[in-house]
Amino acid sequence: MLRFTFSGSCVCSSVIPPARVLPRTGAGDQNLFTSIYPTLSQQLPREPMEWRRSYGRAPKMIHLESNFVQFKEELLPKEGNKALLTFPFLHIYWTECCDTEVYKATVKDDLTKWQNVLKAHSSVDWLIVVVENDAKKKNKTNILPRTSIVDKIRNDFCNKQSDRCVVLSDPLKDSSRTQESWNAFLTKLRTLLLMSFTKNLGKFEDDMRTLREKRTEPGWSFCEYFMVQEELAFVFEMLQQFEDALVQYDELDALFSQYVVNFGAGDGANWLTFFCQPVKSWNGLILRKPIDMEKRELIQRQEATLLDLRSYLFSRQCTLLLFLQRPWEVAQRALELLHNCVQELKLLEVSVPPGALDCWVFLSCLEVLQRIEGCCDRAQIDSNIAHTVGLWSYATEKLKSLGYLCGLVSEKGPNSEDLNRTVDLLAGLGAERPETANTAQSPYKKLKEALSSVEAFEKHYLDLSHATIEMYTSIGRIRSAKFVGKDLAEFYMRKKLPQKAEMYLQGALKNYLAEGWALPITHTRKQLAECQKHLGQIENYLQTSSLLASDRHLSEEERKYFCREILNFASQQPASPGHKIVLPMQSFAQLRDLHFTPSNAVVHVGGVLSVEITVCSQMPVAVHVEQIAINVHFSIEKNNYRKTAEWLTKHKTSNGIINFPVETSPFPESQNSLPALELYETFERSPSDNSLNTTGIICKNVHMLLRRQESSTSLETPSGVALEDGAHVLKCSSVTLEPGANTITFRTQAKEPGTYTLRQLCASLGPVWFVLPHIYPLVQYDVYSQEPQLHVEPLADSLLAGIPQKVKFTVTTGHYTVKNGDSLQLSNAEAMFILCHAENRAVISSNTREKASDASFRVQSSDKVTSISLPAAPAYHMIEFELEVLSLPSAPATGGESKMLGMTEPQRKHKDTQKAAHCMATTDHKVSIDCPWSIYSTVIALTFSVPFRTRHSLLSAGTRKYVQVCVQNLSELDFQLSDSKLVDTSGSTDLQLIPLNTTSQQHIYSKQSVFFVWELKWTREPPPSLHCQFSVGFSPASEERLSISLKPYTYEFQVENFFTLYNVKAEILPPVGTEHCKTGSLCSLEVSITRLSDLLEVDKDEALTESDEYFSTKLMYEVVDNSSNWAVCGKSSGVISMPVAAQATHRVHMEVMPLFAGYLPLPDVRLFKYLPHRSAHSSQLDADSWIENDSLSVDKQVDDQLDSSSLRSRASVHSATGSEHKGLPMPRLQALPPGQVFNSSTGTQILVIPSKDDHVLEVSVT
Amino acid sequence: MAVCVAVIAKENYPLYIRSVPTENELKFHYMVHTSLDVVDEKISAMGKALVDQRELYLGLLYPTEDYKVYGYVTNSRVKFVMVVDSSNTALRDNEIRSMFRKLHNSYTDVMCNPFYNPGDRIQSRTFDSMVTSMMIQVC
Repeated sequence: MLRFTFSGSCVCSSVIPPARVLPRTGAGDQNLFTSIYPTLSQQLPREPMEWRRSYGRAPKMIHLESNFVQFKEELLPKEGNKALLTFPFLHIYWTECCDTEVYKATVKDDLTKWQNVLKAHSSVDWLIVVVENDAKKKNKTNILPRTSIVDKIRNDFCNKQSDRCVVLSDPLKDSSRTQESWNAFLTKLRTLLLMSFTKNLGKFEDDMRTLREKRTEPGWSFCEYFMVQEELAFVFEMLQQFEDALVQYDELDALFSQYVVNFGAGDGANWLTFFCQPVKSWNGLILRKPIDMEKRELIQRQEATLLDLRSYLFSRQCTLLLFLQRPWEVAQRALELLHNCVQELKLLEVSVPPGALDCWVFLSCLEVLQRIEGCCDRAQIDSNIAHTVGLWSYATEKLKSLGYLCGLVSEKGPNSEDLNRTVDLLAGLGAERPETANTAQSPYKKLKEALSSVEAFEKHYLDLSHATIEMYTSIGRIRSAKFVGKDLAEFYMRKKLPQKAEMYLQGALKNYLAEGWALPITHTRKQLAECQKHLGQIENYLQTSSLLASDRHLSEEERKYFCREILNFASQQPASPGHKIVLPMQSFAQLRDLHFTPSNAVVHVGGVLSVEITVCSQMPVAVHVEQIAINVHFSIEKNNYRKTAEWLTKHKTSNGIINFPVETSPFPESQNSLPALELYETFERSPSDNSLNTTGIICKNVHMLLRRQESSTSLETPSGVALEDGAHVLKCSSVTLEPGANTITFRTQAKEPGTYTLRQLCASLGPVWFVLPHIYPLVQYDVYSQEPQLHVEPLADSLLAGIPQKVKFTVTTGHYTVKNGDSLQLSNAEAMFILCHAENRAVISSNTREKASDASFRVQSSDKVTSISLPAAPAYHMIEFELEVLSLPSAPATGGESKMLGMTEPQRKHKDTQKAAHCMATTDHKVSIDCPWSIYSTVIALTFSVPFRTRHSLLSAGTRKYVQVCVQNLSELDFQLSDSKLVDTSGSTDLQLIPLNTTSQQHIYSKQSVFFVWELKWTREPPPSLHCQFSVGFSPASEERLSISLKPYTYEFQVENFFTLYNVKAEILPPVGTEHCKTGSLCSLEVSITRLSDLLEVDKDEALTESDEYFSTKLMYEVVDNSSNWAVCGKSSGVISMPVAAQATHRVHMEVMPLFAGYLPLPDVRLFKYLPHRSAHSSQLDADSWIENDSLSVDKQVDDQLDSSSLRSRASVHSATGSEHKGLPMPRLQALPPGQVFNSSTGTQILVIPSKDDHVLEVSVT
Repeated sequence: MAVCVAVIAKENYPLYIRSVPTENELKFHYMVHTSLDVVDEKISAMGKALVDQRELYLGLLYPTEDYKVYGYVTNSRVKFVMVVDSSNTALRDNEIRSMFRKLHNSYTDVMCNPFYNPGDRIQSRTFDSMVTSMMIQVC
């Protein structure tokens, strides 16, 4: 520890000149001070003082410690004093005097003299201490308290500065009073000391600044200034203000640096030229002593060189930094300093012997490292390698260059010149410093030893290198480690130890490859190639050579050299025949694209396939390759869609060129190999309600991405390439690959059907094989064999029956060759014909749709068989031709159909037409075809649609009857209709069908209908039913003329009960006396039902009753007004007994009331056949019960009824329409067929005028 | 001014590297590559500092006897490394900073080019001429 000391009445000095303790009071009081001194020096630094500083610097607590020196006049500082360390800060006068007499006699004079001396030196920092002693006091009796010595002194000397005189009572006793007085004294002393110190320090700083400002003046010396500022630094250091001390040195450092820079810029200071003297000594930094006095003196004497100054400055900075516990900053600054010194020497153009600086730097690095190691423990050092490793690396570098310089790295060892240089270098080191002389591992010893012999150098260099690499590796600076490793490899190569070099080169290369640094890769590879050549690793060497030969960063000559290396090896006779050296192809040549002919890469068995590849040769010269081969993997894949003929004909590949991505090797591995993320959304729904359960993103190629990076396999070893030994190889011999793109064509004849995958590409040059292990993207070609096939399909969407339709026949020959005379035998279907033409043309084309030829063929038809003789066609071709077929327009009416269309069930018929409204009726025809290539028949079904739908209806006019036939065209085509005919199939002569149609052709448009009407006439009693056949000829309207006559379209139907039996006539009469009916007034409705014929066959049913040759039938009538125009008053229905005799008439009278005015249609009158219940007996009873049941609804205004049974019948109407009533059996009603009843008043209307007193006039217009 | 300028991708392969033609190019490649160690160290030391507070300029990566290597890292971890001659004492931190900023701006322009594929080597002529200007300026 350094301390700052004061002395007695005068002051002196720090540690630098060893401390002198010279106490002093008056001459007689020397003993007094000596007795007090131990306590004083012990007590003074005990309490800290707050040190307030100028220029806004933060106050600090400091402990004062002082050195006491006896006062001498010559110790007082002269004017312009620069020394601060030896500066007397406070002058103390000690006296024990208690006697006024003595005081007056001697002490006062002494004091006065002392004061004058001080004044002469303008020193104002003084203190007078009066020590009071009880023992002494007792001896003196005549002491007046008021005029004590102290008062006297104060009065005489302390003019208004009473605090400059203190009393110390009984300093050597151990009493509380003593203690108190001590404390007071010490506080006073500290305060005054500090005051003085601050004042003088400020003054010193000001002086120093003034001196600095003079630096531009000529004659200003940096060294002088250095000493002044260092004085300040020393003071701070002694006060333990290391930070402040360091600042002083840093300022000096910066000032010096700036001068050097300015010197470089041409602004040189005179004093600086001194530092430019040639370097003669390079003994490195010395950091083991706090102050290198030797160097300090050199500076003081202005004899220091630049290295001396820098060394001294740094040693001081280092010391202070270590005090500040900042060893890592030392390391960092050391590196900066070393770099800086080298630069400064360069800048100042100082002549330095070669290697001298290397020595200096090496020694300094090690010195700094050892100094740091000396003050830190192992763990600290280990965790701060990052700070020190730079020095290690620098030292290694310097030792290496020294080694090269002194010929210690060559195989042969140093020559005499090298030895001379070594001796010179060692001379510059001088003798070892005494402080390290005993250290075994001192930098000095290390360097001396390293330069002494090749072996020692190797040992030291390897030690350092390994240590550096290890340190770099441990803190993760892999790149730096590899770089040092490369230096090491270089060293090994110089020492002809390639086996040791290889590891480092491989490691470095791997690192550069992984990060894609092209130039370092090339450079390292070149070194590696040399190394491998020395090692005799032929395969590796050839591979590296091939990589180098294709490396564009090398010069043409170098590339050619490496290419020749490969070619030379390839042309040598191999030591062991058959031995192959397999190398990856990538560096030799790159596959650019591949092209198949045929372009879809599918050939049939026996077909010829050619593969054209473009290979880009990476070699700088043309290379003759003995053979280029593609290994092909063959696999039989069953049911492979690619192989079918359909696939062939449907897929047309664009151009058949497969491009291979150009791999750019300098890009880092990581970038190339990682595939892109394949992300997919997933939704998982609950099976019950389809709500979303989970959703997420799935990466489909996780296995590719999360694969462990292969760290162990070296990138440069060819082990990864395995030569596949496939049975299928495409070969091309004797190819010369020019630099750049080359086209090579392989030809092969397809043999076995299956899929062929191109796997490897190999190029062989003697024993050297360049192999592309995987051809990617996947390239395949397919060989297929195909069974002959026949396809028959209509040309249009659907075939129409009745007119000629075209059908396309496609024969895919497959492996079968169609010979002349081969024919297709079609067994005819019944209602379908194949229309034969004189000339038929077939198109023969290859499977790839290339038209081969046109050929004619013949079609021969007999009753059962149609024979199509095929034109000759080679295998794997297609024969296409079209034939016309004709299906008969309508199949004979089936039972179901006629029943459906029967008049008797109009309801059902209607439903059926609804259903069939949108689609045509179809007929299927099956044709079996015998093919020449197969013993089995091919059955083909053709579906024909009937283009028309026909409906018929019966129309009546009184007793005259008409048949209407409606033909609806359902197809998309327009047709011409002609020769419409309706014939009675029963062939009775008494029936006549008189057409009311035009005889000319009729056009029927698509989706439209044509109606035909015939009047039915008969001479005798008509038959109850009539069978008719409608036929109409038709032909497509678009075609001019058809070669064949077409069958007409026919439609058969049956009409029953067409004879009119009853005529119903209704009439409404206005009330009597009025001309018109009025709304709201009752009118009478007269209904007359007239029988038009006598008993006929159709009447014979249950309703017919016979009594005495007199027949009658029961009918029920009903008046219904659906449009609510009329209110029927009273009964609206009734049962009548109708005599079965011509002109028998039954009249019914009813009251109706019109509800609206206007021309109103009459209410409907409906007629039903009234069939009794099977047991007539019970029906009577039932009827009675019905009356009772219904009695409530009977109107008062009952009966003009002729028959009381009308009431009953009304009830039965309800029960017939309604559901069962009490479960009783009821009479049945049967509607009369529409042909049997003719309503003659249909469509008549009657005028109703509004009643006059109506407030609202309602007019209904119908 | 600068003797070597390099732009290095996030994956540490060079996107652009150019040095003064008079010097051995290989040396600078090695130097820049080695400096990535310190860049990595500095980046990991920065840790997860807030993006807007993060200083892009990494300062002096390491000095060598003859050169000073400075680093700069963009938010997308693209690194700029600049090698400056040690004897060129005129270059202060501020100048280096502004040079990096210029470089960054120019790099951003390159990235804005829709025809530039991020991750490809920079072949922009504008960028090249900007680097040239940075290298010529003083030396």
